Amino acid sequence: MIDYDVDGDGVATITWNVSNRPMNVMNMDTMNAFAEAVDRAADDDDVKGVIVASAHKEFCVGADLSVMGDGDLSMLEDFMKVIHGKFRRMETSGKPFVAAINGHALGGGFEMALACHHRIAADNPKIKIGLPEAKIGLLPGGGGTQRLPRMIGMQQALPLMLEGKELAPAAAKNIGLVEDVVPADELLDAAKAWILGDGQKNKVQPWDKKSFKMPGGAVQSAMGQQAFAAGNAMLHQRTYGNYPAQQNIMSCVYEGCQVDIDTGLAIEIRYLIATAMTPECRNMIRLFFALTEAGKGAGRPKDIPATSYTKIGVLGAGMMGAGIAYVTAMAGLDVVLLDMEQAGADKGRAHAEGLLKKRVSRRRMDQAAADATLARIHATTDFADLAGCELVIEAVFEDREVKADVTKKSLAVTGDGITFASNTSTLPITGLAKASSRPDNFIGLHFFSPVDRMPLVEIIMGKGTSDETLARAIDYVKAIRKTPIVVNDSRGFYTSRVFGTYVREGLALLADGVAPALIENAGKMAGMPVGPLAMADEVSIDLMYKIGKQTREDLGDDYVEVPGDGLVQTFVEDLGRVGKKAGKGFYDYPEKGSKRLWPGLAEHCPPSAEQPDVEEVKKRLMYIQSVETARCMEEGVITEKRDADVGSIMGWGFPPFRGGVLSLVDTIGIVDFVADCDRLAQAHGPRFSPPKLLRDMAAKGEGFYGKAA
Amino acid sequence: MADAYIFDHVRTPRGKGRASGSLHSVTPIELASTTLRAIRDRNDLDTANVEDVMLGCVAPVGEQGADIARVAVINSDYAESTAGAQVNRFCASGLEAVNIAAGQIMSGQSDMAIGGGVESMSRVPMGSDGGAWPTDPAVAFHSYFVPQGISADLVATKYGFSRDDVDSYAVESQKRAQRSWDEGRFDNSVVPVVDLNGHTVLANDEHMRPETDMQSLASLDPAFINAGEQFGFNSVAIQRYPEIEKIEHVHHAGNSSGIVDGASAVLLGTKEMGEKLGLTPRARIRSFASIGSEPTIMLTGPSLAAEKALKRAGMEKGDIDLWELNEAFAAVVLRFMQALDIDHDEINVCGGAIAMGHPLGATGAMILGTVLDELERTGQSTALATLCVGAGMGTATIIERL
Repeated sequence: MIDYDVDGDGVATITWNVSNRPMNVMNMDTMNAFAEAVDRAADDDDVKGVIVASAHKEFCVGADLSVMGDGDLSMLEDFMKVIHGKFRRMETSGKPFVAAINGHALGGGFEMALACHHRIAADNPKIKIGLPEAKIGLLPGGGGTQRLPRMIGMQQALPLMLEGKELAPAAAKNIGLVEDVVPADELLDAAKAWILGDGQKNKVQPWDKKSFKMPGGAVQSAMGQQAFAAGNAMLHQRTYGNYPAQQNIMSCVYEGCQVDIDTGLAIEIRYLIATAMTPECRNMIRLFFALTEAGKGAGRPKDIPATSYTKIGVLGAGMMGAGIAYVTAMAGLDVVLLDMEQAGADKGRAHAEGLLKKRVSRRRMDQAAADATLARIHATTDFADLAGCELVIEAVFEDREVKADVTKKSLAVTGDGITFASNTSTLPITGLAKASSRPDNFIGLHFFSPVDRMPLVEIIMGKGTSDETLARAIDYVKAIRKTPIVVNDSRGFYTSRVFGTYVREGLALLADGVAPALIENAGKMAGMPVGPLAMADEVSIDLMYKIGKQTREDLGDDYVEVPGDGLVQTFVEDLGRVGKKAGKGFYDYPEKGSKRLWPGLAEHCPPSAEQPDVEEVKKRLMYIQSVETARCMEEGVITEKRDADVGSIMGWGFPPFRGGVLSLVDTIGIVDFVADCDRLAQAHGPRFSPPKLLRDMAAKGEGFYGKAA
Repeated sequence: MADAYIFDHVRTPRGKGRASGSLHSVTPIELASTTLRAIRDRNDLDTANVEDVMLGCVAPVGEQGADIARVAVINSDYAESTAGAQVNRFCASGLEAVNIAAGQIMSGQSDMAIGGGVESMSRVPMGSDGGAWPTDPAVAFHSYFVPQGISADLVATKYGFSRDDVDSYAVESQKRAQRSWDEGRFDNSVVPVVDLNGHTVLANDEHMRPETDMQSLASLDPAFINAGEQFGFNSVAIQRYPEIEKIEHVHHAGNSSGIVDGASAVLLGTKEMGEKLGLTPRARIRSFASIGSEPTIMLTGPSLAAEKALKRAGMEKGDIDLWELNEAFAAVVLRFMQALDIDHDEINVCGGAIAMGHPLGATGAMILGTVLDELERTGQSTALATLCVGAGMGTATIIERL
């Protein structure tokens, strides 16, 4: 687990070599073993210094999240005390410690390196070094918030921790995270040389010397005061106060860097425990696991052999088709990008070319690789070129007849044994599948725009879609390194349907006389990327109008009117304010400057004299999404709560601190949530009325992820 | 309860609060001593009768630190028995010092005391005393801290004051200040600051720009755009006031209070002590009050403080002849006038801090003196002086001329 060795020159090496876990991680077992090795070296008069190394590909990736315990934080507290105690022993043993960073040094792994007197990294650009804890709602609790600012200054250290940045060795050296970068095969020699050389004069950490001064200025200096005043506000602006981990990182640095290191470390443990107890932290850790699972294709039917792809057809070279072609080519697959006109197909290919150029200019790719990627995209108008495609994805105009036509033309070339996918966001898959003689091979692949940046693909099962087809679709989505969720065919599928409730509730609030700025700010304060009215403008109000009209026709008497539906009609039919693309919608979009709410809103939806509390507006905007998702679960539109949460985060920007649209219900508490929804239904309409699924859960006091707290 | 009477008040002229300002060569101790000596000498005062000196000071560090009031007492050769304490209620410190002195007298624990204040903003810059509010992350997040300039623009945005509104107010303040100097309205209260050799260092307020007009103000860029937009403070303010879409930045150096150096002192006592010393009471303290208000918008406290003081005095708004509200920012005064429905002709009739400057710790006692002089000049009876205060407070004092 932890190897220990002393060579003939008195240099001890403590090597992380954890065998019962896939990676070098810190937990009570590994830390106890590490602690024993540290004591052994420290107590041995013949040892001149210690190298901390790894026998794995990675150096150490930090704490095993199991140390968080199951709601019992005394375990975490005990664990942190072992870590802090042993790290202090390393620092004060009188022997120089050096970290030989051969691979990823993340979180607690890098904090261990910070407790060494010196850090040398292998010259491998794939190595990641940093403190990413904030990304899962935690803070660097192994001394990171105290040692990093004392090493490189608060102003450098804070952004690294707040954003959870991970740096390659060269960048890490630039900013002072490591002192040296050497070729990988010279790493241990360089570490040993440092111990026998400079190390003998550097056995005391700077912060353990009386002369220590915070690099870059102290907290209570003019610089420090400005940095914190602005830093607090900028963080507040970015997080809307929704992320306690980031706030607590700021507090650890502010409070802890005004006192000695030991007191600072004690402060850090307090904040770590407080942070770990927050629902935000629990949500983000659960989300982390959910994203990981979903990314691995957890919804894939078992026992079906994996499909590997070589050639994919994409029909329609508009924004979506071009994006799909690009991500497919990036995955190393050949793409036939087909459009009605050659100019259209070429334009789609040029879109990919533009994205590749950007990657090259940002040095994320070399020119040769970019050229090879572009060469994989064949732009054509000839269906015959689809021959040999294992999968064809149509991304043509949202029209049943057009779609049926291209489906038939493609299958005539490829044969109907291949997988055929439709990238529709509105038309039911089961209906579209009728164009194929093999509806069992027909599936929905709903991509999100812009395809190159949005990580989610919503896979839609038609009534006849087979498990084999689903498995093949998931294999493709994994191949292009996106995250699949699986849903069943229904109006709006899952993501569009639930996301639509956010926008519609925004309009309902407007129709109810709530001040538009209050609606928009409430949406953002609740953690949504933009307010619902801005979102309506982005989606375009005429599209909402069309979808609404279609839905009304399809549902007939079953259609449930929502206040605000009329507004869509007014904006499209009477005002011609159809959204951002027209330069006018709920907002005005001046050529210069940022968008402003249209002053005319006051005339069409006069704000009431009495305005609701912002918390109530937030509830309406967020709870409506969770209620609708619960209905989707009840109707079987979506079956995995994991997919529901992941889809909400990746698909429409539901806030990560909530853990997802269903996790929100657990965060509020199922009983309170149902009671609040009943109240909202009374006040605003049956759209808030909790479905039976939620009522049954409330009766049992059980949330989606276990007993209510 | 005893009554507290005002027998006299003085202030220094206000020097520009920067290195080129005339009072930059004068220590804050010397500024405070100037007013304390003037109070003693003008009234032939045996200072053994002065039991306490309360001085407001907002950045009480460095040479303004360590209880500048007691040190000024010693430095001014007051009787050894005169105590001194420094008071900090931010911008209302000077008025709070007067109120505390009055409170000692009214509660029967003192027969004579001085309240006043001092601030050398050129020598001890604003913010020199640090503080947890902006910097401590837990505090700043919890309370939605924004700097005062953002609060002032928030007041203007929330209550609908345009750039023209605030600029017009500023132009009028300059006009009124100049007219008051021209007519000698400040002659009785301003004591020149002199140097070691008796040469006058400054005898007039030097921050005024009477030539100011709408056009010259229009050329000034709003001062708080950068803090608001680049450093996130606008967003913080909007998170506290989510009914607001965007903060309109209307304030700048020309419609905000000037940064200046200066000191002030007000002599208070019981009727009996006045009679014993042969002093003529000029006014009686009717009531005073301080309140807390929402800290992000910060500057809306004066109307609440005024209402509380009126209630304490058993008075109504209509009982006040003259209003004096510190011109911290133009929108603060406009909001006060809007909230209490006060005519511009009844408030800040001699101009204010936009023209003459706002030496933080000293201003409260200065404006109280100004409005007392004005009651005497016009023969009116009652006045209410008030200031908006950092972190969301307000302080007010009502006086009645005798």
